[in-house]
Amino acid sequence: MSNSSRNAMLAKIRTAINSGSRGDFHESHTSDAYITHDDGNVAVRIELFAHRVAEYKAWVGRCTTGGIAQAVSERLTMRGKKRMVIPVDLPAEWLPAGIEFIRDTQLDRTIIAGMDGVLSGAALGIAQTGTIVLDGGKFQGRRMISLLPDYHLCIIRAQDIVGVVPEAFALLATTMQSPMQPYTFISGPSATSDIELNRVEGVHGPRTLDVFIVE
Amino acid sequence: MKKPESVIIELAPRFEVGAKTALQNTQLRRNMGKATQTIRGKRAAVVNELSDWESLRVAGQHIKDDVLQHLDTYLVQLEDAITRAGGHVHWAKDAHEANEIVTRLIHATGSKEIIKVKSLTTDEIRLNEALELAGITAIETDLAELIIQLAHEKSSHILVPAIHKNRSEIRSLFQKSMNLPDLTDEPTELAAAARQFLREKFMSVRVATSGANFAIAETGSVCVVESEGNGRMCLTMPEVLISVMGIEKILPRWQDLGVFMQLLPRSSTGERMNPYTSIWTGVHANDGPQEFHLVLLDNGRSDVLADSVGRQTLHCIRCSACINVCPVYERTGGHAYGSVYPGPIGAILTPQLVGTAYADSLPYASSLCGACYDVCPVRINIPEVLVHLRGKVVAEKQTKPQSWFDGENLGMKAMATTFAHQHTYELAQHAGQLAQWSFVHDGYIEQGPGPLGKWTAMRDFPAIPPQSFRDWWRERQRDE
Repeated sequence: MSNSSRNAMLAKIRTAINSGSRGDFHESHTSDAYITHDDGNVAVRIELFAHRVAEYKAWVGRCTTGGIAQAVSERLTMRGKKRMVIPVDLPAEWLPAGIEFIRDTQLDRTIIAGMDGVLSGAALGIAQTGTIVLDGGKFQGRRMISLLPDYHLCIIRAQDIVGVVPEAFALLATTMQSPMQPYTFISGPSATSDIELNRVEGVHGPRTLDVFIVE
Repeated sequence: MKKPESVIIELAPRFEVGAKTALQNTQLRRNMGKATQTIRGKRAAVVNELSDWESLRVAGQHIKDDVLQHLDTYLVQLEDAITRAGGHVHWAKDAHEANEIVTRLIHATGSKEIIKVKSLTTDEIRLNEALELAGITAIETDLAELIIQLAHEKSSHILVPAIHKNRSEIRSLFQKSMNLPDLTDEPTELAAAARQFLREKFMSVRVATSGANFAIAETGSVCVVESEGNGRMCLTMPEVLISVMGIEKILPRWQDLGVFMQLLPRSSTGERMNPYTSIWTGVHANDGPQEFHLVLLDNGRSDVLADSVGRQTLHCIRCSACINVCPVYERTGGHAYGSVYPGPIGAILTPQLVGTAYADSLPYASSLCGACYDVCPVRINIPEVLVHLRGKVVAEKQTKPQSWFDGENLGMKAMATTFAHQHTYELAQHAGQLAQWSFVHDGYIEQGPGPLGKWTAMRDFPAIPPQSFRDWWRERQRDE
């Protein structure tokens, strides 16, 4: 690695900056008046989340904590999914009989890619944008398992849904670990707008996304 | 005058030459008109949804101001954080050095091919060509980039490089290059063809390159925003990941993403949120690439930083809202700009990166209508920078001996002298009234004489009226 380039670049940047004036760090943007929380109405927030996720052409359903396995069973049967990859730590109570669930114990990528789908939890949801955030934590597993299969069934707890985008980043900051987790933000199934700027669902990520909100 | 080490301009004809060719292509104009109208409508809808959009824009501008004022500190902070998280940081003064670093890193893996996430920065440094010379094949994985690569064409839009192609053109291209004779022009089917075509590469290629939308100084996190999942594939599946990032893409704090992850998707594809965003920090045990390199690229950016008016250009988050709204771009398309950065942002960024002397027609590729400034999510005053750069182009020309004989320059100088004094101004006005008679039709000069002819080829010049305001005023005073 060339240390001389590093020093030369930093020196040039310093000269360039000093031709203007330096303010204090973060001086100007601590008081900016953008919205950092929604109005706190939980029912409206959950409704908005469901609505916004569905607008990306994902399917959204609701279930109770005790009814997860039943809901999963119905959904997977309806979708015709028989072999699902799951994170190592996914609770056994979520798993209905009659469907094969394979825990990702560092499985080979070709095995994961050959699965009918993935069943996972989520770190949090953002109502305003219909976004699901995965951080590789509880019930989520490696990034690869939510990427390679063509179908993703995601279970998210209602209490993990926040109102607006800045809230999500603030909350993630409180759960940050060292070393840091990798984050994936998912807003609907894989899509592209590259053909005449129309959003078309389904390129490389899962082409079908189903979501259960657990209340 | 500096040497154009950044090689983003490739024997580009002057803008007005490129534009003329583009304007004659009616298919292109139809494709461009349809696409830009669609995206403008989508953007407006999702922007109007947010009551705090203006506050977000101001916050975005403030954060970027802060970044530029303390760029040295934040870069070192980022380097520390990434290194602590198990990644490696490299510094590249220019395109040449960046390409050398990336090539060396790929050689070290022994891999002869790489998968690529769409990245303007690597387009700017022409990484693919450098790799080809080194015997490495770069496979573009973004759908539009793939279309461009298969068609051996150049990008015409920063976000949707194949915006100039319609679905039937894409179908014929895929039919031929993917050997799929029965493919229809249904977008879903075209996307499925690309999925099939690239899947094997995602599963097997060991090295990937990407750009970066943001990097967080305090945490060392790097962020890539995308739609298709090709980004996630490249950022997750390979053993080695090499990201190339312009030094200005840095954000100070993690929470700044709360602002930019609203500004970017809504301005860019007109969505509340793009389908996929990946944020990673160094390497993650048992998850994703176990070797990560970030190449920090200057390539002219510190020169932009030194210019107090031009500096704001570095706020740019490459959303393309200014491009989509520009009446000039809508008609000429992106190729006329002769750079990987087309449209209004390209008209100010390209000349600053390579030196105004090498792109002196671009600051004029605008009507200064200001629509670009209105939509810019980080409030770059593009018209202000355009005018500033026009001034630089003229000043640079005036230092050369040729300018002594240049008609426009002499004319402007004469005009400046004449207009500076009441007496000479009025004299010129009267002389003009007499001289113009043979050119005036219905109060307008539609074709001017000599050097004026170029100007009036595109515009009508209002004739000097028989009575000037000054004459009218004097007469009025007399009558009272």
